[in-house]
Amino acid sequence: MRYATLMWRRSGLPELFFAQQRALHSSRILSSEEGLKCDGAKIEKNQEECDVAIVGGGMVGLALASSLSSMPLTKHLRVAVIDDSPFLASKGYLKRDQMPDSRVSTVTPATINLFKEIGAWEHVLHQRHAFFDQMQVWDYTGLGYTRYNARDVGREYLGCVVENKVLCNSLLLSLQKKEGFENKICPTRLASMTLPSEVNHSKFAKLNLTDGGTLHAKLVVGADGSKSRVREAAGIKTTGWNYPQSAIICTVEHSSQNHCAWQRFLPAGPIALLPIGDNYSNIVWTMSPDQATQHKSMDKDKFVNSVNHALNNGYGPHPESSSLSNLLDSITGTAMSTKEKFEVPPRVLGVVSNIMAFPLGLKHANNYAVKNIVLVGDAAHTVHPLAGQGVNLGFGDVSDLARVLAEGVSVGADISQLTLLKKYERQRKTANIPMMAVLDGFQRVYSVDFWPLNILRATGFHAAQYIPPLKKNIISYAMGDQKFPLFS
Amino acid sequence: MAMRSFLRSRRSLSRSLLQPDLLRNPNPNPNYVSRSLIPALLPLRSYSPASDPTTKNPIRDAATDEINGFKSSLNPIEVAKFAAIAETWWDPEGPFKPLHLMNPTRVSFIRSTLCRHFRRDPYSPRPFEGLKILDVGCGGGILSEPLARLGAVVTGIDAVEKNINIARIHAASDPSTSSIDYTCMTAEDLVRENQKFDAVISLEVIEHVAEPLDFCKSLGALAVPGGAVVISTINRTMRAYATTIVAAEYILNWLPKGTHEWSKFVTPEELTLILQRASVSVQEMAGFVYNPLTGNWSLSDDISVNYIAFGIKESSSDSEKTRTVAEQKTDFVS
Repeated sequence: MRYATLMWRRSGLPELFFAQQRALHSSRILSSEEGLKCDGAKIEKNQEECDVAIVGGGMVGLALASSLSSMPLTKHLRVAVIDDSPFLASKGYLKRDQMPDSRVSTVTPATINLFKEIGAWEHVLHQRHAFFDQMQVWDYTGLGYTRYNARDVGREYLGCVVENKVLCNSLLLSLQKKEGFENKICPTRLASMTLPSEVNHSKFAKLNLTDGGTLHAKLVVGADGSKSRVREAAGIKTTGWNYPQSAIICTVEHSSQNHCAWQRFLPAGPIALLPIGDNYSNIVWTMSPDQATQHKSMDKDKFVNSVNHALNNGYGPHPESSSLSNLLDSITGTAMSTKEKFEVPPRVLGVVSNIMAFPLGLKHANNYAVKNIVLVGDAAHTVHPLAGQGVNLGFGDVSDLARVLAEGVSVGADISQLTLLKKYERQRKTANIPMMAVLDGFQRVYSVDFWPLNILRATGFHAAQYIPPLKKNIISYAMGDQKFPLFS
Repeated sequence: MAMRSFLRSRRSLSRSLLQPDLLRNPNPNPNYVSRSLIPALLPLRSYSPASDPTTKNPIRDAATDEINGFKSSLNPIEVAKFAAIAETWWDPEGPFKPLHLMNPTRVSFIRSTLCRHFRRDPYSPRPFEGLKILDVGCGGGILSEPLARLGAVVTGIDAVEKNINIARIHAASDPSTSSIDYTCMTAEDLVRENQKFDAVISLEVIEHVAEPLDFCKSLGALAVPGGAVVISTINRTMRAYATTIVAAEYILNWLPKGTHEWSKFVTPEELTLILQRASVSVQEMAGFVYNPLTGNWSLSDDISVNYIAFGIKESSSDSEKTRTVAEQKTDFVS
């Protein structure tokens, strides 16, 4: 390999090192194939070519690259991840003495299974993460609350909170262990894209990169987030709206470790307190854009007071068991956590990170797949961060896309063919759209402070708290065990 | 020549299932129509183009002749049907859409049976590496391309020149399929050239050929002893009539009207017997079932409509020779 690289350098092509290696890799594959062919491939050897170009090396893009490299039917595919983030050049675990980052994700058991399959979960376990087995959701009117417990669905935990950078690092480490890894990362960005047409009879999309290089790929995967360049270049339209809300996120400190996920609905939106390991928790607080600006510039002590006010005694009383719940108790059988009393969330002592604010919206691509192109993760759907489901939907995309591609390879299909890609789109839309509707519905129900609606909401909490089959369904759905919200 | 035309007609037949021009002109030949109405047993049926006065066919090669005792199984009308819609082979929404939808299921049957027979790793992305496979009636290459991606050295033949041109152009655009050897010829031509293959596959062709027995003999002759023969077709049942002709051609318009003739369908029993006469013993059979809710095809035990059969060419080459000769003699006599 080193010798070959030198040869290439001598040839004077103004290519980057990584590009040379990848070109070598592809030309090597081509020449081995040519051995079998009678009339030979008509592909120039110097041309950079791959089977799957993943634009965007974030959590979802890396997970796809790693997943394709793990499965026996897809590991032969030549994969390139296009992203110029310096993070992708890092090696080894992140230092644990750093403060937890404020960008975190709640990964569900379904996502954990994906990570285990691709060998990334062991790396997460070596870094900071926090399992939680309880969840408490209540609202400021004091009319109702729900406590979920992993025992209700026979599990040890409901989910796990992990910093996004830990997820990325673990996926990168799993990818680095795969064969031919050095050929997979391209530290550059997408400038423009030309799709194959009937005229040139080519199967390859041409990607023009910002470093001046080009890459030919059979399948281009847009994993480049909610402002996806790939989606734009492919001409895929989106449907969506912005909520009149912003979210602020930050990391806070307690006096002891927190093992429960807390969410309280306030007049302007929910505030969530998620355990992130050690004595830290993460806050995702939805409020009006004005309030968000105000909170962002607040001095830290004042901010801590405001958080404790929002999580504990501000806005209204603590909810208590009511006669309604006693009645429901006598009618229905009871899940174990039905009897659990409302608890007060742990007190926040201080803020240990910057306070960040970002606007909220919902965006959904009208198509996830066109010929030669698929979208995954936020490029296909951006949701409200209400239940930490956004990234799980993205990992769901990854696992379904990898499976669909493996099935295609097993029957000798062309991985860029639309009939195959549409199968992925069908599967993911049936999973993503109900979840998006549920989250959007929640958002709408909780963004209005109007007393009849408050009572309705409280009834909803009671139903969720005291009707065991409903409760089990809600938990399994949120954990990613089942595809549809109710009774599937 | 006759053999050639036979092969072509078979191929063209399978393709004609999907062709739209059939809608406009289902049966240009009146003789052809009347004959096809006779629900005779296959060995007794004779739709040989030679006896057919409608030889004003666009494909002149399809005229009947006999070479080395292998009669052409081509049917010129069927060949014409498929030539007319060749341009649309690779349009996933075009007349060949049902074939595109069905193809992964057909390939998965071939994959599993051939992996077992040739002891290949079913988890390999290229399990057919090095196997020489013949696709008889390859059309635009809907089956040949997947076989090549699975590692096989593929030869695709078809009686329709246009199909071969389309197939060549399409395969050349992808390095993984550009090695496929496409030729416009019939199975009988290949028999004359004394070519042998590890596996001979002919999907949705036999119901379009003039003489299924001759066709199967050619396929058998092209397989090496111990090699595989795979054939898929449609059963001659009332359900097949209702679904593949009434529903698919007249109600849903999936297939051009006139694509299929019920009387030319072959039952699994008939196919097994014919293949036996061609020294091929059928080992496995599976049905294809369409789920109208999901739009997916899947393999099943139900062989009452679409089915696929996998057989092995008998390995004693001596007995194979004698048998072939004997059968040729009977054919001449009849």
